[in-house]
Amino acid sequence: MSTTTPEAPATVGDSRVNPVKAMLKSDRPYTVFAALIVLVVFFSVLSPVFFSAANFANIGRQTTLVTIMAVGMTFVIISAEIDLSVASILKLSGVCAALFMQNFGENWVLGAVVGLAVGTFIGLINGLLTTRLGIPSFLVTLGMLGVAKGLAFVITDTAPVLIDNTAFFKVFYEGTILGLPIPIIWTAAVLTIGGVLLHFTTFGRKVYATGGNAVAARYSGINTSRVKIYCFMLSGLLAGVASLIFAAQAHAARPDFADGLELDVIAAVILGGTSLFGGRGTIIGTFIGSLIIGVLNNGLVIIGVSSSWQIAVKGLIIILAVAFSARKR
Amino acid sequence: MTDPASHPSPGAPLLSLRGVNKSFGAVQVLRDVDLDVYLGQVTALVGDNGAGKSTLIKGVAGIHAFDGGEFLFEGHPVKVTGPKQANDLGIEVVYQDLALCDNLDVVHNMFLGREMKRGITLDETTMEQRARETLSGLSVRTLKSVRQTVASLSGGQRQTVAIARAVLWNSKLVILDEPTAALGVAQTEQVLALVRRLADKGLAVILISHNMNDVFQVADNIAALYLGQMAAQVKAADVSHGQVVELITAGRSGDLGIQKAVVTA
Ligand SMILES: Nc1ncnc2c1ncn2[C@@H]1O[C@H](COP(=O)(O)OP(=O)(O)OP(=O)(O)O)[C@@H](O)[C@H]1O
Ligand SMILES: [Mg+2]
Repeated sequence: MSTTTPEAPATVGDSRVNPVKAMLKSDRPYTVFAALIVLVVFFSVLSPVFFSAANFANIGRQTTLVTIMAVGMTFVIISAEIDLSVASILKLSGVCAALFMQNFGENWVLGAVVGLAVGTFIGLINGLLTTRLGIPSFLVTLGMLGVAKGLAFVITDTAPVLIDNTAFFKVFYEGTILGLPIPIIWTAAVLTIGGVLLHFTTFGRKVYATGGNAVAARYSGINTSRVKIYCFMLSGLLAGVASLIFAAQAHAARPDFADGLELDVIAAVILGGTSLFGGRGTIIGTFIGSLIIGVLNNGLVIIGVSSSWQIAVKGLIIILAVAFSARKR
Repeated sequence: MTDPASHPSPGAPLLSLRGVNKSFGAVQVLRDVDLDVYLGQVTALVGDNGAGKSTLIKGVAGIHAFDGGEFLFEGHPVKVTGPKQANDLGIEVVYQDLALCDNLDVVHNMFLGREMKRGITLDETTMEQRARETLSGLSVRTLKSVRQTVASLSGGQRQTVAIARAVLWNSKLVILDEPTAALGVAQTEQVLALVRRLADKGLAVILISHNMNDVFQVADNIAALYLGQMAAQVKAADVSHGQVVELITAGRSGDLGIQKAVVTA
């Protein structure tokens, strides 16, 4: 009906964009948020247990580890690298922290510092190997996945390291601030600091430039190697933070903790719209991506999907998300 | 940077290279190159593909430092080992491949590596305002928005952004590596007019081009590289198209250029 004539340029057909298409094309967070809503509705229909405040608090707590590590992973992936070793860093940081507490009078501050330092140090090694030797980070961190995990088993003799320190438990898992469980507070803090760092500082801008066009970045005086090393260190540090929260939850650190968690972390980041090719991504997207993973993990259990199928389903989702972002290019 | 009173007297070159060399592994790309660049003048740098033009200006820009030779800026010997040091001296470069980040917007690209800050966070408002001012000052070609990503720009618009980034910083020397190679007729005219305006404003400009018409239209000075050697640097008014073409293709033209036939590749 509305046959727009060429003489009426103000309302030419092309300029009226399909709102759904526009949303799909625009910055991903909206799309991802819509996917999150769909998932929540889906599980709520299938199970009355799912849609409750108590269960949402559960999801929040269960998602903490993934969200915190996904923030670090977002930096790494935007800089056009990848960190497959995060779950192993979590293991090693956790057991190192717990061993120090055990051997030095349950001093939780010392334990926490050691845990964070170990994570950051492994990130530094990842970064140095990737940038100085020019080995793809995919291979460096795949190797580190094995090294850190192996070390965690060696230094604990494969046994759990028990922690007995109420202050530690309070600070990292059991306490509340203003009625909010402390893991949620940690998550919010990491998201906020990560978001400011990525979107509002020169460092964040350097990360985008490094992943977008490394040559242009170097011509602009940006030390792209250093930027990448910092990203790996941040990823390691946040895996260290996650290890402390996990240890406080379990009252122990174990070398068999968090097996395969890197899959969830990377899935969260990619789902959140961060490009595996580098240069694109947001912290808010990563947050929503993490919530999707959390809702999936929780919802699949509630509706009775076996854990083996859960792994397969999550793998499939990563493939779909990557296919979608590759098609968008 | 330096105050205007300390500018060298007119006639003294802003930039002087004396006997600079550059090798990549076993391949010597530049040998004993001399170059003088003056404030208020356009110096055209010409030479065949692979003659070493981009390599020469990348040395000046600190992308890969020269292996040897003298690098004088405002009469003083300087060591430029990185882009930041070149920028600090007042040297800005528009690279042949433009060197823009497609994933970032126009403002972000113009300030890349030199973002303005308020406290610890970026001062987006001031950066955007200065980007707008600079772009409208160039009046080369209008962009719809300074907040669109560079990926969405046309070739000419990308060129504009790259040039705007170079003139944003009150620079003394602006180097443009084949700025008109990808442009249409009208846009080429606009860029050449801009190049001339920069020199008339008192800046030193190095223009790399393969197009003799462009060179003779705006250049005061012509420096011809031949297989990594400086064949000759001459006043544009003193030579003809034909002579410059000979310098480019043979390294000599009459009594100009490299006299002893050497250089076997
Ligand atoms: N990074 C590098 N590593 C090795 N060789 C290089 C490098 N950069 C340039 N070269 C070589 O140096 C020579 C000069 O290249 P350069 O890019 O300076 O030429 P040019 O005069 O700018 O040519 P064009 O007109 O095609 O842009 C070429 O033989 C090139 O292969
Ligand atoms: Mg070149």
